[in-house]
Amino acid sequence: MAAETIPPAAAPADERVREKSTLSKVLSRPEVGALAGVVIVWVLFAIVASRHNFISWATTASILNRAAPLGILAVAVALLMIAGEFDLSVGSIIGFSGMVIMVLVTPTTGGGFGWTLWPAVGISLLFALTTGLFNGAIVIATKLPSFIVTLGTLFAFRGVSIAVTRLLTDRTQLGQLDIVAGYGLAQKIFASNLNLFGSQFNVAILWWFVLTALATWVLLRTRAGNWIFGTGGAVDAARNVGVPTRRVKIALFMTTAFAAWLVAVIQVVQFTGADTLRGTGQEFQAIIAAVVGGCLLTGGYGSAIGASLGALIFALVQQGIVITGVEGDWFQVFIGGILLGAVIFNNFIRTRAALR
Amino acid sequence: MSTNGTALLDVREISKYFGSVIALKDVSMTCEAGQVTCLLGDNGAGKSTLIKTLSGVYRPDEGEYLFDGRPREFASPRDALELGIATVYQDLAMIPLLSIWRNFFLGSEPTKGWGPFRRYDVRFAKDTTRQELAKMGIDIRDPEQPVGTLSGGERQSVAIARAVYFGAKVLILDEPTAALGVKQAGVVLRYIVQARQRGVGVIFITHNPHHAYPVGDHHVILRRGRVYGDYSKEELGLDRLVQMMAGGEELENLAHELERAAGKASGEAGDDLARAAEALEREAKDPGA
Ligand SMILES: Nc1ncnc2c1ncn2[C@@H]1O[C@H](COP(=O)(O)OP(=O)(O)O)[C@@H](O)[C@H]1O
Ligand SMILES: [Mg+2]
Repeated sequence: MAAETIPPAAAPADERVREKSTLSKVLSRPEVGALAGVVIVWVLFAIVASRHNFISWATTASILNRAAPLGILAVAVALLMIAGEFDLSVGSIIGFSGMVIMVLVTPTTGGGFGWTLWPAVGISLLFALTTGLFNGAIVIATKLPSFIVTLGTLFAFRGVSIAVTRLLTDRTQLGQLDIVAGYGLAQKIFASNLNLFGSQFNVAILWWFVLTALATWVLLRTRAGNWIFGTGGAVDAARNVGVPTRRVKIALFMTTAFAAWLVAVIQVVQFTGADTLRGTGQEFQAIIAAVVGGCLLTGGYGSAIGASLGALIFALVQQGIVITGVEGDWFQVFIGGILLGAVIFNNFIRTRAALR
Repeated sequence: MSTNGTALLDVREISKYFGSVIALKDVSMTCEAGQVTCLLGDNGAGKSTLIKTLSGVYRPDEGEYLFDGRPREFASPRDALELGIATVYQDLAMIPLLSIWRNFFLGSEPTKGWGPFRRYDVRFAKDTTRQELAKMGIDIRDPEQPVGTLSGGERQSVAIARAVYFGAKVLILDEPTAALGVKQAGVVLRYIVQARQRGVGVIFITHNPHHAYPVGDHHVILRRGRVYGDYSKEELGLDRLVQMMAGGEELENLAHELERAAGKASGEAGDDLARAAEALEREAKDPGA
């Protein structure tokens, strides 16, 4: 401890500052609440479910496999929330993107277009990015709260996917992707398993970790990150000092749409098919994960790692409930409690840390 | 005085409307390189609206904006910044939750590295922030401190240091000394003089004639969204400036009103009002006091 408190030679310490302890520096990070949550929930289930092998590679793999898709979504949603906007339509974009792929690859006899997989994946990405652009453009043009705008598109995108799919194919579920040309490669990239410690880890976990790291780097170490914080912190002030706030917002709406698309591709390939209802409710889970991870609802504050930890808490609770055989109905009670607890805790830590 | 040579910044017959509100009407003014233009006027006269138009926040509804002799249309403040026009806004344009150094470089972040590896030069940003603030006599405790936790004066100093750092051609300051102590206000005035010496054109808004007069080369007075007068320093003595800014006649009117009120009121309240009226009258007649 003594060695740490020696002030650096170049800048003499200011007598008005008490040396911030390393602890309080750590405590002032936005993700600390979520980290505590992960530890608490894990320990809880480790005790309660000790008979059910909770502390094992197999269980860990299941937890991470569950967390990955939500984590991918939550990281993107967190970036957008830090910039001061919401995207409630991501759940629908998951369903929509999946159906675009499946309708394109379904044989013409089944009402589809009979494409191979990769062009369909590319087109569905274009569609998804367009939905993001659409959300962003409406929010900016109308100056309405994005909560309302994307609540609208949440229903609209879902409705379009169901209506068009049914119109073309007479169904709401499409399958048999595994016999489409190009599936082999897609399976390797999006849905293969890594066998580690005798357990199956989805490659989606890798996507999730990479995106979390990338988002963290962008937020903390690039000018785009500074712009995101500025845009969410005080949009007029940011614009007045030269931040292209509209471009920032549109890019982030497209990022959430991209994340939804990626989740859709992973799930479509994994389940070799799609359902028009896929992704329902994911928008709220992603927002909850981001908030548990320290994002302020008012924007300007938050972290990508925090959002990922929030997604991990979700998966821990889900898996814990499955393993212990508790009635699944309790899941929502649990998640609601964790959301409230985390927000109260985050608030408490933030005010304490700022005052120190 | 300002007609010889092209002015650095030159707006002609600018008007700005907010719905039915006429914030600016046919305002013309210039700012020359190496000169200080003081912009004076009552609250609501349109000063902030004018400088926001100059900084690219608002687009003028009518009129011409020339910079370096060429007509310009700014889509956003970024366009103005790129020309070297930096502004200290009245509301300071700071992000409370962001740290001092992130605020200082927000919108103009220094980067290093190449292509996809281009990243924020954090060390340069922190060091420069500390240096620039030290030059202002502000010794920041911790560049990581969120701006929202600074005092009003410290926040204003950060905004000024930032504008001085980025204002290569024109420096616009909207009531920059409002929340400052005597010492820091002096530093700001010295900054204005230094900027002028470097050939920067300065536009300075203040309510304090004792701040405006010593540094101003000419004084533009706005009233109700119109230019009421544009006086060079020689045309205008400090006394007259003080009187104009205080609104000499209005003060006198107010004094009479108070006197009348004092006559109606009785006892101590009446005496107080009478004393206030006297003081106002003195100030209106003899602004130096
Ligand atoms: N965004 C706006 N919308 C409507 N009216 C405005 C807006 N901004 C300024 N005004 C009006 O324009 C007038 C001039 O305001 P301002 O330029 O802020 O005055 P000053 O800075 O000289 O005190 C005021 O009457 C104000 O109410
Ligand atoms: Mg003003």
